[in-house]
Amino acid sequence: MGEQGERGIGQGLVKGLGVTLKTMLKPAVTVQYPHVKPDLPARTRGVIALKQENCTVCYKCARECPDWCIYIDAHKETHEPAGGGRARSAKILDRFAIDYALCMYCGICVEVCPFDALFWSPEFEYAEYGVSELLHEKERLEEWTYTVLPPPELEEGAEPLEEQAS
Amino acid sequence: MIAQAGVSVFDTLFDNFWVLLILKAGAVLGFFLVVPLVVGYMEHKVLAHMQARLGPMEAGGFHGWAQLVADGVKFVQKEDVVPAAADRNVFSLAPAVAMIPYIVIMVVLPLSASWFAVQLDVGVFFVLALSSVSVIGVLMAGWASANKFSLIGALRAAAQLIAYELPLVLATAAIVMQAGSLSLVDIVEAQHSYWYVMTQPIGFVIFMMAALAELTRPPFDMPIADSEIIFGAYTEYTGLKFAFFLLSEYGGIVALAGVASVLYLGGYQQLPGLPIPGPLMMLGKMFALSFFVIWFRATYPRMREDQLQHFSWLILIPLALLQILAVAFIKVAVN
Repeated sequence: MGEQGERGIGQGLVKGLGVTLKTMLKPAVTVQYPHVKPDLPARTRGVIALKQENCTVCYKCARECPDWCIYIDAHKETHEPAGGGRARSAKILDRFAIDYALCMYCGICVEVCPFDALFWSPEFEYAEYGVSELLHEKERLEEWTYTVLPPPELEEGAEPLEEQAS
Repeated sequence: MIAQAGVSVFDTLFDNFWVLLILKAGAVLGFFLVVPLVVGYMEHKVLAHMQARLGPMEAGGFHGWAQLVADGVKFVQKEDVVPAAADRNVFSLAPAVAMIPYIVIMVVLPLSASWFAVQLDVGVFFVLALSSVSVIGVLMAGWASANKFSLIGALRAAAQLIAYELPLVLATAAIVMQAGSLSLVDIVEAQHSYWYVMTQPIGFVIFMMAALAELTRPPFDMPIADSEIIFGAYTEYTGLKFAFFLLSEYGGIVALAGVASVLYLGGYQQLPGLPIPGPLMMLGKMFALSFFVIWFRATYPRMREDQLQHFSWLILIPLALLQILAVAFIKVAVN
């Protein structure tokens, strides 16, 4: 029965009982979710937020997205500089939408964004009754930025951030 | 009113046969419908906390106390499915055959010297005989379901019962020899000065193991091993019939915990210096033993079929026989 190497008969059986009893006396780890909001870490992949003013319409996120769930429309405007000279062109973002029915939360768009326009937010309560309502337009994505948490402290001995090091 | 040991409280209050019959049946049924549910709730909660969970928390408001009532309501609403190839009558009868023996066992369980329905001179024999009837219900269920998993489960249950009924009976026989009576009330009365668990601790362990196996509770739950044979004999059951099987499992825990407390833990006998009334004492012991049953379920993995048979025939039965020998020897030597 309970024989195991140098341990005596039944010692493992008693030990097992001890483990379950100790677990029972400790408080449960369950979070009573609808009653208690979970305390999620800052990097949680809940929803992707868009900071529109940082977006330069480079389309990198849309092209890197593995399941093509990012829709971007933009148009080009030219501005004549007041002091004369060559007209400058700028891309204006008309539409930025993420279809969360397709998104697989890989985070490649957040990684690839060169100007920090996309962020992870730990917010996750955006379930809908219809699939089409999971398409978040840029206004909704902008709202998510208010739920983005500041990044966590660097770990002991970690390399300093590039922008801080220089 | 001073209760006289061995006379039921019902008999002292009423003397009309029919009134008595209805009262006793009602009391036993009420006991059967309440206490196993409490044990079932305890299983939900204890098992959950042993796995660092909370268990039911919503039904009824306070810590999910009404979870099993809600489950019962759900079972009633479910469709009563009988497989096309099943033997309809046997299939429908099986849950009752499995459940009724445990109700009947509670007829003779004494909650105190006068709180019981019937005092039988052969109480122990009655209890042991009934506790093995239940497996016929399981066999019927397995055979009538026309399902190979059910059949395997039922045959395993039968094999297990044959193997573990023996140590159960032998351990009980040692108690009966020490007490000198087959009546449950007399056995409790005989434990006035000390409980039999002190003189026969090995017998107690044998009895509890065999009882666990007879109830097909983990770690002896090979007959319903859900990861390999789905749910054994209960695979094809739904709704109320399935609920009856569940109820018979918890009823079985209560019944055998009750018998074990009567045989080994002094039944309604109080602890010296603890003025707890006898019936509460008895219930407390039953719940404590039920807690152990649940504790074992949370702790131990399922035993393999051959380990299970080996454990009974090569360890429990010889030990139980030795126990009988020792008790007989001491009994003769002391007298």
